[in-house]
Amino acid sequence: MSTMYEVLPGPEHFLPPAAASMGIRLPDPGQAHIHGKIVNEDEAMEVAARQFLSAKVPTIFPGPLVLWAWNEKAAKKATAIRHLYETIKECVTPSQQAMLIPMPDYRPKYPKINPEIEINPNHPNLTIWHNKIDACMFVGVHCHQANLSLKIIRGGTYCYTIAMCAQAGHEDAMVSFRDATADKIMKLADWVKKLKGSVEPPKD
Amino acid sequence: MSKERIKIAPEMFEIMPSEYQDLVDRATYGKEGRGWKDIGTSKELIEEHSLCAGCPESMAFRYILASLPAPEDTVMVGSTGCTSLVFPHVGVHNIHSLFGNQNAIASGLKRALSVRFPGQVKDVVVLAGDGATVDIGLDMTLQAWFRQEKFTTICFDNELYANTGGQESGLMQKGFVAKMAPVGKTFEKVKLPEIARESGCHYVVNCTVSKPNLVEKVIKNAIHVAREIGPTYLQLYTPCILEIGKNSMEGLQEMRDSEKPTERFAYREYVSDEAKELLTELAAKEKERKAAAKKQLADKQLAGKA
Ligand SMILES: Cc1ncc(C[n+]2csc(CCOP(=O)(O)OP(=O)(O)O)c2C)c(N)n1
Ligand code: SF4
Ligand SMILES: [Mg+2]
Repeated sequence: MSTMYEVLPGPEHFLPPAAASMGIRLPDPGQAHIHGKIVNEDEAMEVAARQFLSAKVPTIFPGPLVLWAWNEKAAKKATAIRHLYETIKECVTPSQQAMLIPMPDYRPKYPKINPEIEINPNHPNLTIWHNKIDACMFVGVHCHQANLSLKIIRGGTYCYTIAMCAQAGHEDAMVSFRDATADKIMKLADWVKKLKGSVEPPKD
Repeated sequence: MSKERIKIAPEMFEIMPSEYQDLVDRATYGKEGRGWKDIGTSKELIEEHSLCAGCPESMAFRYILASLPAPEDTVMVGSTGCTSLVFPHVGVHNIHSLFGNQNAIASGLKRALSVRFPGQVKDVVVLAGDGATVDIGLDMTLQAWFRQEKFTTICFDNELYANTGGQESGLMQKGFVAKMAPVGKTFEKVKLPEIARESGCHYVVNCTVSKPNLVEKVIKNAIHVAREIGPTYLQLYTPCILEIGKNSMEGLQEMRDSEKPTERFAYREYVSDEAKELLTELAAKEKERKAAAKKQLADKQLAGKA
């Protein structure tokens, strides 16, 4: 019997353990992980695309690294992210609602944020609860803030999390890619298109 | 140049909260001669504040942010206290440091920026309360000055520890009784401006924030001198109206009363010879810039009439 810890949708605890402390390790180049298990990247592409197609509110959370056109690569990623969002929108049924909600920066937004229009790493659960988001992808969020958010989300919500990480990946996401590029994001959009119609939409 | 760096990716523009769209479209990043007069006519670099209603620190913040010569190339270093509640709303890079450590953090930061961006302007500005500057952080404050670190230290002097309910600070006046200092201060207000001068600061000003044009002038001077020559220090009276029992409309009068010639916040400045030379040069350049801008405007108006 396997005793490997699995990174699964929560709510896990008020303070879920960091997946790394439970033995989850990061993928090598060309790989990804699903629930903490190392797989090849295509396998994870398929799982991520299926999550988008089967969620009631599939959502992309772009962070500062892609919201701001601070270099050419960032601008290209922004274009790819928009394309992925439009693709998800086209491929889901009218009962599903795709969303694109920015994390413009990381400052604690007190006394409140508007959860309809933004997400903040210090209380990402507010945006997820408010919009009833059941699958999301982080992209362009600096590692530390993504880790913080992913853990809070796993702790307090049932949302399925995907990380499109430009570095080495995130243990605390349910699916994590690494070395994200505009091409990789476009490839995920292709997977969504390819699987359109083959995934059961959410009930009611 | 500077606006380029704060461009939102076009595909993401419409989903950004309006405060960020405004910041990019209507803020004064990169505007030559930006100053307090931009307040109310363009997007300010402070969204809102979480200070008590009428707190003079909020006015001081507005004037300072409007007057930074290069906000897109400035990093502010704050410390715990009432000021730290405002930094999350500020559209300038900022670092929150452990209480009292602000001048040590700023020293490292300024040096790192000089190595990482040689030949480029990178201003570092510390902004902290009197408790952080003069009591718990005095070691860091003085050592940075002794070492001639090239950044500006601004102290919001409200003469006590406001954020924790009114404890005695070194900058409190002798005899003052505060909520959490019931015996009354037994020694004189520490003469930090004089200590700053003796410790090697090249530009030191002690004043209130009752006059926005004065705040603009001293901020610009302090930052330019720090950029080119060495440490500078501003001690600004921002009375804690809550702790001295004033209501929200009375902060301005309190500052006016305290800046009279015989009072403790009568304007005082110390400028080193090197700094004097630099400021004279800069003033001449500014005069030229203003004259050129005026002429350009007049020419434009003339062309419009023709
Ligand atoms: C290392 C450390 N010591 C003590 C404190 C508690 N503390 C928080 S704010 C504060 C006083 C701040 O006073 P001042 O610097 O004058 O700022 P003000 O609130 O008056 O603007 C203190 C002692 C802390 N946060 N960290
Ligand atoms: S406690 Fe005093 S210094 Fe702090 S915000 Fe209120 S009035 Fe201002
Ligand atoms: Mg104080």
